[in-house]
Amino acid sequence: MQRSWRHRFHLPAVIGTIPMILVAVGVFVIGIGFSLLWSFTSSKLFPSYDFVGLAQYRRLWADNRWLVSVNNIWFFGLMSIACNMVFGYLLAVFMDQRIRQEDLFRSIFLYPFAMSLIVTGLVWQWVLDPNLGLQAAMRNLGWSSFSFAPLVDANTAIYALVVAGIWQGSGVTMAILLAGLRGVDEEIWKAARVDGIPTWRTHVSIVAPMMKGAFATAFVLQCVGVVRVYDLVIAMTGGGPGIATSMPAVYVIQLITVRQNVGQGMAAATMMLVPVLVVLAFSGLVLWRRKRRQEAAT
Amino acid sequence: MDMAENGTSVSIQELSLNFGAVSVLKTLNLDVAEGEFIVLLGPSGCGKSTLLNCVAGLLDISEGRIFIKGKNVTWEEPKDRGIGMVFQSYALYPQMTVEKNLSFGLRVAGLPKDEIAKRIARASEILQIEPLLQRKPAALSGGQRQRVAIGRALVRDVDVFLFDEPLSNLDAKLRSELRVEIKLLHRKLQNTMIYVTHDQIEAMTLADRIAVMKGGVIQQLDAPQTIYNRPVNRFVAGFLGSPAMNFIDGRLEKDKGDWHFTVEDVRIPLSTYAFEKEPVPGPAVFGIRPEHVAFNSGTGWPFTADATVEVVEPMGSDTLVWLKLGKQNFTVRVTSERTPRNADAVSIGFDPMRASLFDAQTGSRL
Repeated sequence: MQRSWRHRFHLPAVIGTIPMILVAVGVFVIGIGFSLLWSFTSSKLFPSYDFVGLAQYRRLWADNRWLVSVNNIWFFGLMSIACNMVFGYLLAVFMDQRIRQEDLFRSIFLYPFAMSLIVTGLVWQWVLDPNLGLQAAMRNLGWSSFSFAPLVDANTAIYALVVAGIWQGSGVTMAILLAGLRGVDEEIWKAARVDGIPTWRTHVSIVAPMMKGAFATAFVLQCVGVVRVYDLVIAMTGGGPGIATSMPAVYVIQLITVRQNVGQGMAAATMMLVPVLVVLAFSGLVLWRRKRRQEAAT
Repeated sequence: MDMAENGTSVSIQELSLNFGAVSVLKTLNLDVAEGEFIVLLGPSGCGKSTLLNCVAGLLDISEGRIFIKGKNVTWEEPKDRGIGMVFQSYALYPQMTVEKNLSFGLRVAGLPKDEIAKRIARASEILQIEPLLQRKPAALSGGQRQRVAIGRALVRDVDVFLFDEPLSNLDAKLRSELRVEIKLLHRKLQNTMIYVTHDQIEAMTLADRIAVMKGGVIQQLDAPQTIYNRPVNRFVAGFLGSPAMNFIDGRLEKDKGDWHFTVEDVRIPLSTYAFEKEPVPGPAVFGIRPEHVAFNSGTGWPFTADATVEVVEPMGSDTLVWLKLGKQNFTVRVTSERTPRNADAVSIGFDPMRASLFDAQTGSRL
């Protein structure tokens, strides 16, 4: 018993990972535990232990602002992930044509990702601000009837967020998918040409299925980015105009810091955790089943 | 093989290919007869695979023309050239079953379903891959994968098969098995085949004619035995044969009307050697294959000499003996029964009729 324990855990490895274990347990497990705990209380400005059952959840799902936030995250998520994947793949295909200055282009496409969303969001806000950006510039050039101010219109502000999200995320998707494309044997392309398969068909039917892993990686990264989207919204719209571009993360922070309603904020935070847990459980199940099938096969 | 009678299947005329300033193929001519098995042989970087890719239409050529079945296909797409191609890495579509691998190109081309089924049935019967049809490439062995890759060329129902080092990824045993299968396949189908390899055994065993290439130029195009016995230059002589031909640098001299090859105090009479061109006295290279040298029993050889044994390498079926002949290193291949011991002094003999003489400067055959 003693022997096998030592065999499994090398002391230097354990010491090396202690800080990470402490952070994981301290921040994630304890933090999530308290969030869950306080979501069942009537905490206001400060956490209290006055348990009220599911009342906070009922109030949460009756709050129009929360419903708008949930709607927004779905819209933002689906639109930006889908467009990111498509743009990222097209960019990767473009980069794979043995173009000159590939390193330069790759840096340009990756740059948005390297910068803080607060900075890029601010730049987008300036560009889209009717008094500072594109609209002002066009009017100064003499086109006085030019109107382009998506951020101040409740119907279009979310689209501006989506565009900024795509601009920010498609570079990374490109980098991942480009690596996947480069991993495809050149002879596959030759074989497809000899077989007379058109280039687009080769991409769709042969190459893309070979890049499952790269697509999955890019997809997971995008999902994570969407669930926690906060800084982009704060920098560009602050959740406005009105509540038009509010997102769950924005909602949670506002409830806790501005509206001083820790209990309901924690309920919202717990609701944000649910889809993540569902995805984790699902992928765990898939992995477990695959492992079992492999064991059965051998 | 008589070209006029059988007709030309593939004709490459004045083909050049440049990548920027680098000339990869230099005004190359090659006529392949109908049903002929041609092997392009050469070291890596000699342009043999490049030439095959040009024939397939996967590379655009800089100059020249390519005809397949009398049709100018120089600027045709690969699919319209009437060729099928087999690659070194098999290049099977990994997410498709064997059956889909075989049928995908045909379905994209819009062939009727029963025709596709008929072709797959025929190909899988010829290649004996019927039990594998529903498997994915990952579940196949290397030899099975290569058979499927051949099948994919087969279902295209083409005139010309192109093989790009198809056996290089296989282990030695499988390689020799599949080599025989490819030969049988050629006999059964009677198609024109162009086969690229750097393996001289594959070339010797498979080819009707071998084209030995170096530096983007075909050095010699001939039947395997001719290439082996009468190489046109020193490169071809050295590239074929394992262990390599023995080369001795010396001088060509005429003495009382008879030609001799002299090195140090050794004198090799050349009265039995068939000169390719009128010889001139001067520096030359004498080449003789290890198996054309014997440990003599004293009689019958036009040339004999004494040598010392340095290393003996028993190979099972025969034995390689590394000798010193004066100051020259020399290899001899003998049957196992006649193996001398290390450091023995032996007497060797050979017939210069079997030798090859090369110009010391140009390396071409004398």
